[in-house]
Amino acid sequence: MTATSTEGVAPKQITIEVMGKFYQVPEGLTMLQAMWHTGHELTRGVGCLGGICGACSATYRTKDSIKIKSTLACQTLIEDGMSFSLVHTYYPNRKIPYDFKEMEDPKQDLFRYYPEAALCRNCNTCTLACPKGIDVRAAVWKAVFGDFEECAEHFMPCVMCSLCVPVCIADIAPNQVGVFVRRAQGIFFENKSPQLKNRVDEIEKGVYDQEWERVLNLSDAQLLAD
Amino acid sequence: MNVLEISKLKVGETRSSRLDETPPKLSQAEKDALVQQYHPDYIKEAYGTIRVGMNKGEQTVHRVVSLLEGESPLASESIRLEAKQQVDVLIIGGGGAGSMAALAAKASGASVLMTTKLRLGDSNTVMAEGGMQVAVSPEDSPVRHFLDSLRGGQMANDKILLKTLVEEGPSVVKWLIDNGVMFDREEDGNLSLRPGGGSSKARLVRCKDYTGLELMRVLKDCVLNEQIEVLEYMPVLELLTDEAGGCSGAILKNLDTNQHFVVQAKTVIIATGGIGRLHIQGFPTSNHYGATGDGLPLSYRAGAKLTLQDTFQYHPTGAVFPEAMAGILVTEAIRSVGAHLLNVNGDRFIGEMETRDAVASAIIRECAEGRGVETPSGRKGVWLDMPLVDTLNGAGTLEDRFPNMVKQFSRYEIDITKEPVLIYPTLHYQNGGVEVDVDGESGVNNLFVAGEASGGLHGRNRLMGNSLLDIMVYGKRAGEAAAKRATSTEYKSITLQHLDRFHEAQKEAGVIPDTVSPILFPDYVNKS
Repeated sequence: MTATSTEGVAPKQITIEVMGKFYQVPEGLTMLQAMWHTGHELTRGVGCLGGICGACSATYRTKDSIKIKSTLACQTLIEDGMSFSLVHTYYPNRKIPYDFKEMEDPKQDLFRYYPEAALCRNCNTCTLACPKGIDVRAAVWKAVFGDFEECAEHFMPCVMCSLCVPVCIADIAPNQVGVFVRRAQGIFFENKSPQLKNRVDEIEKGVYDQEWERVLNLSDAQLLAD
Repeated sequence: MNVLEISKLKVGETRSSRLDETPPKLSQAEKDALVQQYHPDYIKEAYGTIRVGMNKGEQTVHRVVSLLEGESPLASESIRLEAKQQVDVLIIGGGGAGSMAALAAKASGASVLMTTKLRLGDSNTVMAEGGMQVAVSPEDSPVRHFLDSLRGGQMANDKILLKTLVEEGPSVVKWLIDNGVMFDREEDGNLSLRPGGGSSKARLVRCKDYTGLELMRVLKDCVLNEQIEVLEYMPVLELLTDEAGGCSGAILKNLDTNQHFVVQAKTVIIATGGIGRLHIQGFPTSNHYGATGDGLPLSYRAGAKLTLQDTFQYHPTGAVFPEAMAGILVTEAIRSVGAHLLNVNGDRFIGEMETRDAVASAIIRECAEGRGVETPSGRKGVWLDMPLVDTLNGAGTLEDRFPNMVKQFSRYEIDITKEPVLIYPTLHYQNGGVEVDVDGESGVNNLFVAGEASGGLHGRNRLMGNSLLDIMVYGKRAGEAAAKRATSTEYKSITLQHLDRFHEAQKEAGVIPDTVSPILFPDYVNKS
C-alpha cells in the first residue's frame, strides 16, 4: 500500500487576470501553467520551464498592491487577485561585437564597448527588477571599479532575461556588462590548470596509445572485467 | 498529521543513524536483473514495431514510432522550391551542439546560417546542472573514462565514437576556458573535480550547479560576436535532398508569419536535441519546452538510419512535489556529495551512486511495491534527503555548491538544507538517435547530426556529464567536417524526392500516419 497524504481534496479555485481578462483557475499553478489552463497557445515566452533560460519574463501586480513587479512566469505561483502578463516576447537588445583576442586590458576596454556603465546613478531599479536576486547595481559598480572577480561572482546566476535593461535610467545593459566581465575574468585573470595542460600534452604525445591498443582489442567480457 | 508528514518525520529520525551506512554495491548480475524488471525501457507494452524506413522491423516506444511514421507538414501545403537563401552550412538548432558547430564551421571558413525553433540558447544545454566529465586528474585517464562509460552504457556504445569523445575532452575543456568559461577551481588552479554515478574516478568539472547556463551564455556570446546569422522561431518542417539522395537544404517556417523559407545548403547539421516533451510512457520531464525530437523524423524521412532508438534515460531524481515543480531535475551531483534516497519508512534501498538506469529502476521498484509516498496530486515518489550534504561536508555546503537548487525549492517554502524532498524518475535523455560516423555524418550524404539527436556514443545508458562533453566534442567535429565538405563542393538541386519515396513506403507497408511530425511543441493547452 502506498502512503496517501490528503484524500481527494479538490484544489481551491481562485481568480486571476491574464492580459486584462479574468479567469477562474485552481491554485497551485505557475503563471505559465495557468495560461495553458485558460487556453492560451504559447510559442514565445516559454523556454526551459526551469527558471534558467530567461524566456518567460513577466510583470504582475498582486491584489490591492500598487506595485508592479517583474518575475519569471515559469517560477511564479499565481495567487487570488493577481494580474499579470508576459513581457519581452523579443527584447531589442543592443549587442556590441567584440573580440577578446584583440584586447590587452579588458578592464579599460569595458568602457570602449559599454561606456554608459560608468554612468550608474544608483537608482537600484535593476536590482529590484532581477528575478534571480542578483545585486545588479553592486555588480555594475564592481565592474566599473575593475573588481571583475566580484562582479563575475554576482552575475553567475544571470539568465539574460533582460528585465534589468529597460528600467535603467542610464541606459546601461547590466546583463551584457555581466557577460563581458565574466568572460574577461575567465580569459585574463583566472589561474591556469597545470593538470589540464599536462593531460592535453599527454594525449597529443600519444602517451595512451599502447593502452588503447590493448583495450580496443579486448572482448566485451574482458572489458567488463578490466 | 497525514502519512506524507509522518514519513517525512521518519526520514529526519533515521538521519543520524544512516550516516555510516554504505549500501552494498550491486553486482553486474544484480544490476541487470533490477534494470530488466523495473526500467521503463523493458516495459514491452510500451513498445511497437517501426514499419517503414531504414529501421523497419525494429522497435521503439509507440510515441516515437508514430513520429517516425508521421506525415510531413508539407503534405497539406504547396511549396515553391525556390531558395530564398544559399549557405555553405545550415545548422538546425540553437543549443550547445548547434552553437559549437556554428562556431567551428565559421572558423573553418564556411558561410553559416543557424535556424532554431525557439531562441538562440533555448535548449537542454542551458539547463544542465551537474557538470561535464573529463579525465584530467593524474590518477585518471581517458582510457578509464572510456571503460566507465562503456560499462554504464551496457556495453552498447560505439567504441570509436566513445574513444574520440574521451580523448578530445581535455582539449575541448581547454578551449572553453580560453573562451572564458569559469569552471570551479581548487586553490592550486586545477579544476575542481567531483564524482559522478558509475564513474570510478572524480572527473566532473562544473560551474556550481549552473554549468549549462555558464556554457550556453559563453557559447551564445561567441556566436553573437562572430555575427553568425541566427533565425529564431524558425523550425524546419522538412529537409531537402538532391537527385542522388544527399541532403541539400531545408524548408523552414517562420512561426510569426507562417511563411515558408527555403534554404539551399551544401551541408546541413541537425542539432535539435532530445525528446523529453513527448512524455514517453507518461513520464514528466526535465527537458525544455522545445525538446520534441524534431531531428528524428526529419532525418528519418530523408533516409537516415537510427541506432538505439529504443532506449531512454529516466533521470532518477526529478521533483514530484510541489506539483508546479513536477519533472524538474535535482542534480545527481547532490547524491555524489552524500544525499540519501529513502522510502516511506525512511530506509535506504539503493547505492546512490550506481548508474542512472539502476537507481531509477530501484525507485520505481520501491513505489511499485508500496514503499513510495503519494503526493496530494496523486504522484508517487521517494525521499531525497539533502540536509545530509551539510552534515557531511559542513554547514553552508548546499547553499555554496547548489545555490540554484536551494533557490528553486525555497520559492515553494521548502528548505532543502533542513528537510527532504520527494522525487521520482523524470524523462531526461534520448540515449540513441541518428547513427553517425566520427565526423557526425549520418547515412545521408551531407547530412550531419550532433548532440542528443545523434546516437551510439552513450550506448543504452549515458553516464552523468557525458552529454555536455558530447555536444562540445561532436558539435565541433560536425561543424568542421561539414565546413570542409561544403567549401569543396557545389550547390546541388533541391527536391522533395525523399518524401515521395517515403510516401511510397508508407503506402506499401499500409501505414496510415496518425500524427504530423515534427510536432514542434507539446500540447499543454486545456481544451475544455
